[in-house]
Amino acid sequence: MLRKYLDRIKPNFEEGGKLHAFHSVFDGIETFLYTPRTTSSSGVHIHDSLDSKRIMIIVVLALLPCLLFGMYNTGYQNFLGSGSPTFPFWPIMAYGFLAIIPKIAVTYLVGLGIEFIVAQIRKEEIQEGFLVTGILVPLICPIETPLWMIAVATAFSVIFVKEVFGGTGYNVFNVALVTRAFLFFAYPASMSGDRAFISASPICGIGGTVNFADGISGATPLGQVATHSGGALQIHNVVGDTVTNWDAFLGLIPGSFGETSTLCILLGAALLLATGIASWRIMLSVFAGGLLAGYVVNLFATPTYPASYLAPWQQLIYGGFAFAAVFMATDPVTAARTGAGKYIYGLLVGIIAIIIRVYNNGYPEGAMLAVLLMNAFAPLIDYCVVQANINRRVNRLKAKAE
Amino acid sequence: MENSLRLKRGLDLCIEGEATPETLRSVPTTLAAVVPDDFPGFTPKLEVKEGDKVEAGSPLLRDKNREEIKLCSPIAGTVTAVVRGERRKIERVVVTADNSGASKSFSAGTESPEDIRSAMMASGLWAEMRQRPFDIVPKADVCPRDIFVTAFDSAPLAPRLDLDAGNRQEWIDAGVKALAKLTDGNIYICTREECAFKVPAQAVHYTVSGPHPAGNPGIQAANIAPVNKGETIWTLDIVTVMRLGGLLLTGKRDFNTTIAVAGPLVDKPCYERTLQGAAIAPLLDGLLEDTGRHRRIISGNVLTGVKVGTDGFLRFPYRQITVIAEGDDVDEFMGWASVSPYKMSVSRSFPLRIFKKRFAPDARLLGGRRAMIMSGEYDKVLPMDIMPEYLLKAIGSKDIEMMEKLGIYEIAPEDLALCEYVDPSKTEIQKSVRQGLDWLRKELE
Repeated sequence: MLRKYLDRIKPNFEEGGKLHAFHSVFDGIETFLYTPRTTSSSGVHIHDSLDSKRIMIIVVLALLPCLLFGMYNTGYQNFLGSGSPTFPFWPIMAYGFLAIIPKIAVTYLVGLGIEFIVAQIRKEEIQEGFLVTGILVPLICPIETPLWMIAVATAFSVIFVKEVFGGTGYNVFNVALVTRAFLFFAYPASMSGDRAFISASPICGIGGTVNFADGISGATPLGQVATHSGGALQIHNVVGDTVTNWDAFLGLIPGSFGETSTLCILLGAALLLATGIASWRIMLSVFAGGLLAGYVVNLFATPTYPASYLAPWQQLIYGGFAFAAVFMATDPVTAARTGAGKYIYGLLVGIIAIIIRVYNNGYPEGAMLAVLLMNAFAPLIDYCVVQANINRRVNRLKAKAE
Repeated sequence: MENSLRLKRGLDLCIEGEATPETLRSVPTTLAAVVPDDFPGFTPKLEVKEGDKVEAGSPLLRDKNREEIKLCSPIAGTVTAVVRGERRKIERVVVTADNSGASKSFSAGTESPEDIRSAMMASGLWAEMRQRPFDIVPKADVCPRDIFVTAFDSAPLAPRLDLDAGNRQEWIDAGVKALAKLTDGNIYICTREECAFKVPAQAVHYTVSGPHPAGNPGIQAANIAPVNKGETIWTLDIVTVMRLGGLLLTGKRDFNTTIAVAGPLVDKPCYERTLQGAAIAPLLDGLLEDTGRHRRIISGNVLTGVKVGTDGFLRFPYRQITVIAEGDDVDEFMGWASVSPYKMSVSRSFPLRIFKKRFAPDARLLGGRRAMIMSGEYDKVLPMDIMPEYLLKAIGSKDIEMMEKLGIYEIAPEDLALCEYVDPSKTEIQKSVRQGLDWLRKELE
């Protein structure tokens, strides 16, 4: 039925049809609904069933636990901060859902809109890369980020980080992370501090008002650590109770929407590794690099840099480290592409993330900057690995000449 | 001397409809054709015109650049058609059999390297070899560093190559003896563990284990003695060696070949005995399943073969006809989300595929063409010390220096066929490798 309907409206979108200006949109929807009938015209006669749509959708699936938990945590933090005596599950979820939905909608609208327009201009098929970017962006932003900022930042990175380089597959930097970095540097006041991470007002009658004047601080654990001075380090939640490591692992702490729960991130990681979509080399080496750097900074712990007092494994459960390791560093387009290069790339991401976090009190979280920095260096790492292959070939010829 | 070579990377595609040697049947040939496109590097000039009488082994075409190199008629009969394509390019020369069985005689018992070379060129056997670099018909005046002979075809549903060879041991011995005179280096013969003939002592014997593309002579060469810049090697298969031996012993050119007719849409997969270049239609007679689906008939295997119609011919160097569904007549709703066990894939994102032993893929791309997104996928199926992603990028940007450095002289399109199969971005890898090789050859000439 649907097929017949598509076939009937298809002529409108073809060359000369009255809706030709939307042909890439139609094409995008048609290929999404039905596997295209295009058959092989050169080279191999059969192709593997895996395609870029499936790859992207699996990443989105892997992000779902983080998204759902982010909803719960957003509601939970609001209920907690507004002094609610009870924590009913469904209202909390509803609150989180209502808080995040506009952000997801705005990101997709802006990003996919640009993708559709560019595909139309280039007369290409719509590329699926933004399916993942569009869900990543709301997950890595503080919940209180204004919608217009998300729109501006998304438009900036999709155009200047992806499309000007040639679209999905050609970008040097991770699009979602550049969106986050753009927000962080353009609007620092709205992106950090102790208010950005807690949704403070009721939505559609659900939740309460969080009154920060009552000595309530919504700073993230790493934010508290960075500004800590003197005395034993103790991390508190919005209402001043102690945050345990278990809370941090589960994710019931203030933080960017989807990256607080290490548990949910690990669920996503399990799916990505089981399906072989993400590189285990990168993931493993980012965690290894983080532990290594965490161990070293802890050896030389000093009060000047309070974050150096965190145990190495604590470094991994706070902030965006785990999220960056699983979902950001493993982006195949912007990471190192060679086998050996992936180990080096991952290791350096982990090490640099911890170094920035510990030794630069201005940035309580270093994972974003570490991944972006290594995005820039990934081609250099690959260059060295490729050069090694070239040298083997040269040496073979030399050995023969002697 | 026996050595073994274990290749780990690669992929055996399990496709339905495999033929077994016990099903051998003979199919007489009444129509055959020579297609010059199957011989890269060979620029065809006609030796005959329509209506001419030819014997089996008579030249039909010669190479414009080296007139001694010929392509010969596989049957005795009349030249019935010279089919030309765009810009009068010769597409094929068709010969209809007259059942005279006349066969051209070549001088038997030649001993000197020059005589062996000219016998090979005149009989068309020269054109059945390939040289690296460039994967073309060997240049006439180059002495190869080594010669690599493969005795098995590891491609999906391919027939065994050594079955005829078992009965023709003396031809193989003679062929190897002759080839040994054409190189100062070694002759390497690569077989599977189980092999129907005895490898002559003059050759270096390697037993090769591992998945496809282990049977490609280029892959074997890359793992035994890789081609360096400035070197030339020849590659051929054991059947061609056997034919060379036969030519030198009997003075007659042997065009017999044993092929497999296989694939998911073949009702009764079988082996067939026929001639090189034979018309496809009689070979498929009574074998095809009538399912009403669009079919794709491939002369060759699913990775490197040529799409032909029922009016097509057996193409060189293939000894196989594969029939699969075309797939342009099915609508698959949200195919990218499928978890069906019938989906053929190397990806673990199709978990149910482990319950199926063999698959029936069709010719659809199963996705749109995209830029290279995933990394490291090609390396898993290419057992060579080559970085395919970077080499393909160098080919794409026509960077001669980078192509040389990354080893373009070692590869042929067929070696990267599996990379093209697994590629989730569905890029045309073999086409671009062939264009790169041809372009580079022109630039360097």
